[in-house]
Amino acid sequence: MARFLIKRIFSAVLTLFAVSVLTFLMFFALPRDPVSGMCPKNCNPERLERVRQELGLRDPLVTQYAGYMKGIFTGRDLGSAQGGRCDAPCLGWSYVNNEAVLDTIARVLPVTLSIVIPAAILWLLLGVGLGMVSALRRGTWLDRAAIGFSLTGASLQLYFVGAVLLLVFVYNLRWLPVPSYTSIFDNPVKWASGLVLAWVALAFLFSAIYARLSRAQMLETLSEDFVRTARAKGLAKRTVYGRHALRAAITPVVTIAGLDVGAALGGTVITETTFGIQGLGRTAVEAVRAGDLPTIMATVLISAVFVVLANVLVDLLYAAIDPRVRLG
Amino acid sequence: MSMSPVEGVALAEVESGGDADAPKEEKGFVGRSPGQLAWLRLRGDRTAMVSGALLVFFVLVALSAPLIELLYGIGPSDQFQHKLDRFGMPLGYAGGVSGDHFFGLEPGLGRDIFIRLVYGLRTSLLIAFAAAVITAVLGIALGALAGYLGGWLDAVINWVTDLVLAMPFLIIALALTPTLTLRFYGERDAVSPAFGVGVLIAVFAIFGWTSTARLVRGQVIALREREFVEAAKASGAGLGHMLFRQLLPNIWAPILVSFSLAVPQFITSEAALSFIGVGLTEETPSFGRMIYQSLVYLQTDPAFVFFPGVAIFALVFAFNLFGDALRDALDPKSSR
Repeated sequence: MARFLIKRIFSAVLTLFAVSVLTFLMFFALPRDPVSGMCPKNCNPERLERVRQELGLRDPLVTQYAGYMKGIFTGRDLGSAQGGRCDAPCLGWSYVNNEAVLDTIARVLPVTLSIVIPAAILWLLLGVGLGMVSALRRGTWLDRAAIGFSLTGASLQLYFVGAVLLLVFVYNLRWLPVPSYTSIFDNPVKWASGLVLAWVALAFLFSAIYARLSRAQMLETLSEDFVRTARAKGLAKRTVYGRHALRAAITPVVTIAGLDVGAALGGTVITETTFGIQGLGRTAVEAVRAGDLPTIMATVLISAVFVVLANVLVDLLYAAIDPRVRLG
Repeated sequence: MSMSPVEGVALAEVESGGDADAPKEEKGFVGRSPGQLAWLRLRGDRTAMVSGALLVFFVLVALSAPLIELLYGIGPSDQFQHKLDRFGMPLGYAGGVSGDHFFGLEPGLGRDIFIRLVYGLRTSLLIAFAAAVITAVLGIALGALAGYLGGWLDAVINWVTDLVLAMPFLIIALALTPTLTLRFYGERDAVSPAFGVGVLIAVFAIFGWTSTARLVRGQVIALREREFVEAAKASGAGLGHMLFRQLLPNIWAPILVSFSLAVPQFITSEAALSFIGVGLTEETPSFGRMIYQSLVYLQTDPAFVFFPGVAIFALVFAFNLFGDALRDALDPKSSR
């Protein structure tokens, strides 16, 4: 177990390192000059050049990368133009937003978390529940309705569903305010009413996929010998289906869920754009458009951390759910 | 006769007489290849036939777009400013739907929505099919090599897969597209529409191969220890023979299913990328671009949101239905 964990964490760190190097290289090739954007039109070439020197944009790539990584682990001095001393998890200074990238992230990360976590709970409960019920009631109208629901959801587009929801509930019926983010600690009701459409849209599309997957898995499990044996022994239906079969059927669902939630936490670009909420995803898109390298690095790294962490968690969960899996 | 597992299953099914459509011959049972069996099952499935027909229809419409333009008498870039009011909104009901303009006009530029959807279908299908073929080839090659050879190659390919999955696709695509474009065109050059399409396909190829590779790797590992593989190895078969003659023919069914489900995924990804403003040039009609442009008019001209939205839904829905039916037909274990 310990050996597995160490191996897994080592490979995760290696992945993150590669992501950071690749992102650094890729965005350096971006055909945009961040400096000319931050300076008004009457800047003379000498001044632009001085700013570039100051930001370290003229240093060799390796030096710049090493400086960035050093900032994350020990903090570094960025110079007076960039807010001076930058402490330990230093993600740099955004020359576009004129603030420390860490502050930007601290502002937008709770937004994305507030969108994804409730939506994920909703879609997992709804999706797995629907899949189980339709597998157990196979062939009935309920099963057919569930299949129809999941096929429809899997074929719909988030921006389309979002647009329809906005049109109906915000503009026509006026039941909900225009989507926006309020901190849950300030006003929980406003927090929920501002984000509920995003939750519903995400949960609808994702639960469709999960309903399909868990129905197929459950059907396969129900046809296995151990389920018949358990039933033949006289165990109650509820025990057999709820404990034995569910546990066996849910393992692949856990894998997909881990990847999906991890990816979603890294920024729900389309959801945030559709509902006009400023989270991690939209921040990343804007940073790419503006050529804001420090913000891009931070957002890409954070979403990679989420995906990699989710992967490790899934492996650990596997061992907890499925006793046949021995980590070694 | 090779002792491949798929043929074993097929034979068992023929003997059990589970095939109602099979014409009864004197001998009692007919030998059929797994492909023929799957085709028979597919033909008996009403959903598969309806969605298949719908797909054929979509492909025909996309292929004959210039012909439709000729018959319809309106091109995708023709503007009908005189049919808009002074706010740029189309005159008439439901976004200007009329005998001349089946789906109405775009607000602002006043282009015909119907003919733009026809050409948008062409763009979406071209990108999705090309991306699906390239990713399938890449995924099969890498997955089969990783699964069959194992060892360090497997470790490396696995790690690269993890790496690709950890990169946020939309953000990287957003950054990569202008970078690639600038490598080939100057700052002010007009980018040709075909180049935009090519860049999108390349971006999909870089990110899309991982799921096929994982699938193929798993299947190959399951087959690797089987007797027929060992027998081929013992008779001195080379790597190429092992992969293409022994292993791949036994796993084409799951590959075909994953291919058919990958196509709609690329259609939606193309739309999602257009939605955040990557890739195709303005004059190239595409579903995603139309929806993105239409969202501004959600309150004033809902018909403009409705037509592209429903069009892309119908296309993806047909693909998903057909992919599911294909899976059922190809998998003898499948339960319905």
